Amino acid sequence: MASLTTSRALAPIGTAGKLFAFGLDVGRGLFRRPFQLREFLQQAWFIASVTIVPTALVAIPFGAVIALQVGGLIKQFGAQSFTGSAAVLAVVREAGPIATSLLIAGAGGSAIAADLGARKIREELDAMMVLGIDPIQRLVVPRVLACMLVAVFLNGLVSVVGVIGGYVFNVVLQDGTPGAYLASFTALAQLPDLWQGMAKALVFGLIAAIVACYKGMNAGGGPKGVGDAVNESVVITFMLLFVVNFVMSAIYMQLVPPKTG
Amino acid sequence: MGVDIRVEELSKSFGKQLIWGDVTLTIPAGEVSVMLGPSGTGKSVFLKTLIGLLKPDKGSVIIEGTDIASCSEKDLYEIRKLFGVLFQDGAMFGSMNLFDNVAFPLREHTKKGESEIRNIVMEKMDLVGLIGAEDKLPGEISGGMRKRAGLARALVLDPEILLIDEPDSGLDPVRTSFINQLFIDLNAQIDATFLIVTHDINSTRTVPDNIGLLYHKHLAMFGPREMLLSSEEPVVRQFLNAQTVGPIGMSEEKDADELAAEKDIEMPPLPPIPLQLEPSNGIPRRSQRPAGEWCRTNGITPPPGSFESSNAGLTPGS
Ligand SMILES: Nc1ncnc2c1ncn2[C@@H]1O[C@H](COP(=O)(O)OP(=O)(O)O)[C@@H](O)[C@H]1O
Ligand SMILES: [Mg+2]
Repeated sequence: MASLTTSRALAPIGTAGKLFAFGLDVGRGLFRRPFQLREFLQQAWFIASVTIVPTALVAIPFGAVIALQVGGLIKQFGAQSFTGSAAVLAVVREAGPIATSLLIAGAGGSAIAADLGARKIREELDAMMVLGIDPIQRLVVPRVLACMLVAVFLNGLVSVVGVIGGYVFNVVLQDGTPGAYLASFTALAQLPDLWQGMAKALVFGLIAAIVACYKGMNAGGGPKGVGDAVNESVVITFMLLFVVNFVMSAIYMQLVPPKTG
Repeated sequence: MGVDIRVEELSKSFGKQLIWGDVTLTIPAGEVSVMLGPSGTGKSVFLKTLIGLLKPDKGSVIIEGTDIASCSEKDLYEIRKLFGVLFQDGAMFGSMNLFDNVAFPLREHTKKGESEIRNIVMEKMDLVGLIGAEDKLPGEISGGMRKRAGLARALVLDPEILLIDEPDSGLDPVRTSFINQLFIDLNAQIDATFLIVTHDINSTRTVPDNIGLLYHKHLAMFGPREMLLSSEEPVVRQFLNAQTVGPIGMSEEKDADELAAEKDIEMPPLPPIPLQLEPSNGIPRRSQRPAGEWCRTNGITPPPGSFESSNAGLTPGS
C-alpha cells in the first residue's frame, strides 16, 4: 500500500523524466539527415494558419489593456511622457511571449497532439517503425522546428499589433499625444528587450511542440485516448510555459541592467 | 524461402498486469501459422514483440541468429527488413494516397526509379485486387480495402516473414474467404513464413499448417493443424470448436463452482476436421501436407467424417 502511494506520488517525476528523455531523442534527431524540409514547411504553414488570426485578435485587447493600466498608473505618478515606453516594455517583454505561448500551446500544440495521437492509434507510427523509419526524425523534428519558427514570428506579430493597439488606445481614448507616445518609445525600452522576447518565444515553441508530440505519440486506448492526450498536452504546456517565462524574465533582469530615463 | 522465428520463454507485462508468460514456440519457415486467442489476450502485443516494437520483460525472439529482444537499435532496423506487417486496420499513412502508401517502402529503401516503382506497386495492387483505387486516400475507402492496401504495402519489399493482425475483423464472411484464399495463394507464390493472428475459428480450422492457442496468459498449445483439431485437451477443444461447454466462460474465466458443475458433463464429440484450403491454381504449396498425414503418423484416429469436405465442422452461417 505504502509503495503504491509512493509510486503514485513519484509518477509525475517519472513522466517528467520520460519527457526529458524524449526531448533528448528529438535533439539527436535534429542532426540526422535527410532533413524533412517538406514536412517542416507544411507544418510551419499549418501551425501559422491556425494561430495567426487568434493571435492578432488577442494582441489588440492585450495592448489596449496594458495601455489602460499602465497609462492610468503613470498618470498618478505624473509621468505621462513615459506611457508609450511603458507600453512597449510591457508588450515586448511579457505580453508578447505570454500571448504567443497561450496560442502556440492552445492552437498549435493541440493540433499537433491530435494529429500524432490519431496516427498512433491507427498504428501508423508502428507501421513507420516497422518500415525502418524513425517517427522522431520524420515527424517530430520538423514539427518542433516549425513550432519554434512560428512562435518567434507570432511574438513579433503580438509585439507590433500590441504596440499599435496601445497607441490607438492611448491617443484616441486617453487623450495622449501621438508625438509623446512615439518619442518615449526609446526612453526605457532597449534592443535586448526584443531579443529576450524572441528567445522566450523560441523556448516556448520548443516546449509546446515537444510536450504535444510526446503526448500525441503516447496516446493510448482508442479515440478517447487522443482526446485525453490533447487535453493533457495543453495543460502541461501552459504550466511549463508560465514557469519558464518567470525564470527567463528573472534571469533577464539580472543580466541586462534596466535603462534609466 | 522464409525463415523461422524461435520464441523462447517470452513474457510480457504492462506495469503489474501480466499479458502472457513463458511463451515458447518455433514458427516454422515457409509455413502458414495461425495464433488464435480470445479478444484481449495479447495477440497484437505478441506480434509487436516479435518485431521489436515492444520489449518483452524476459525471453528471446531469435530470427536468423539475432535476438530481437536484446539486439541494438541498428540491428533491429536491419532485421525488420525481413518483415512485412499487416496491422489490424491497415495502418495506411492518412496523408498519402494508396499508391504512395504502397510505394513508400520502395522509395525509402531502394534506389529504384519511378517507372520501376510504378510497375512493382501496380503488380502488388493487382494481387490484392485494388487496381483503380490508387488515387484514393485511406480515409475514403472501406476497412476491407484498407486491409488489402496494407497487405500490398507489406508485400512490396518481398518479405521473408509476413505478420498479419486480425485480417478478418470487420470483414464479412465472403471477404474473409477471399482474403484467406489470398494468403494461401501468396504463400504458394512467395514461400514466406506467415503468422496470422485471429479470433476467427473458421479461418483457423481451414487456413493454416499450424495452430497456436493463446489463452489465460499463456500459450495453451502450438502444433500442426490436425494435432490441435483432434486434441482432447478441454481448452483447445472448446475454443477450436466454438462450444459453450468447457473451461472458457463468458468472462475471462469461469469460476470454480461453474467448473465443478461442468466436470461430469460430457463435452460434445469432436466435429470432423475440414480439408485445408488449397491454392486456387491447384498446385500444392511447398509446405502443404497431405490431408490426414499427421493423424496417421501419430496414430490418432480423426473424428468421423474428417477430410471429406472443406467446410466440415465449421460453425454454420459464418
Ligand atoms: N501499450 C500498452 N500499454 C498498456 N497496456 C497495453 C498496451 N497495449 C496493450 N495493452 C493491454 O494488453 C492487453 C492485450 O491487448 P491486445 O494485444 O491488443 O489484445 P488482442 O490483440 O489479443 O485483442 C489488453 O488488456 C490491453 O489493454
Ligand atoms: Mg488485437
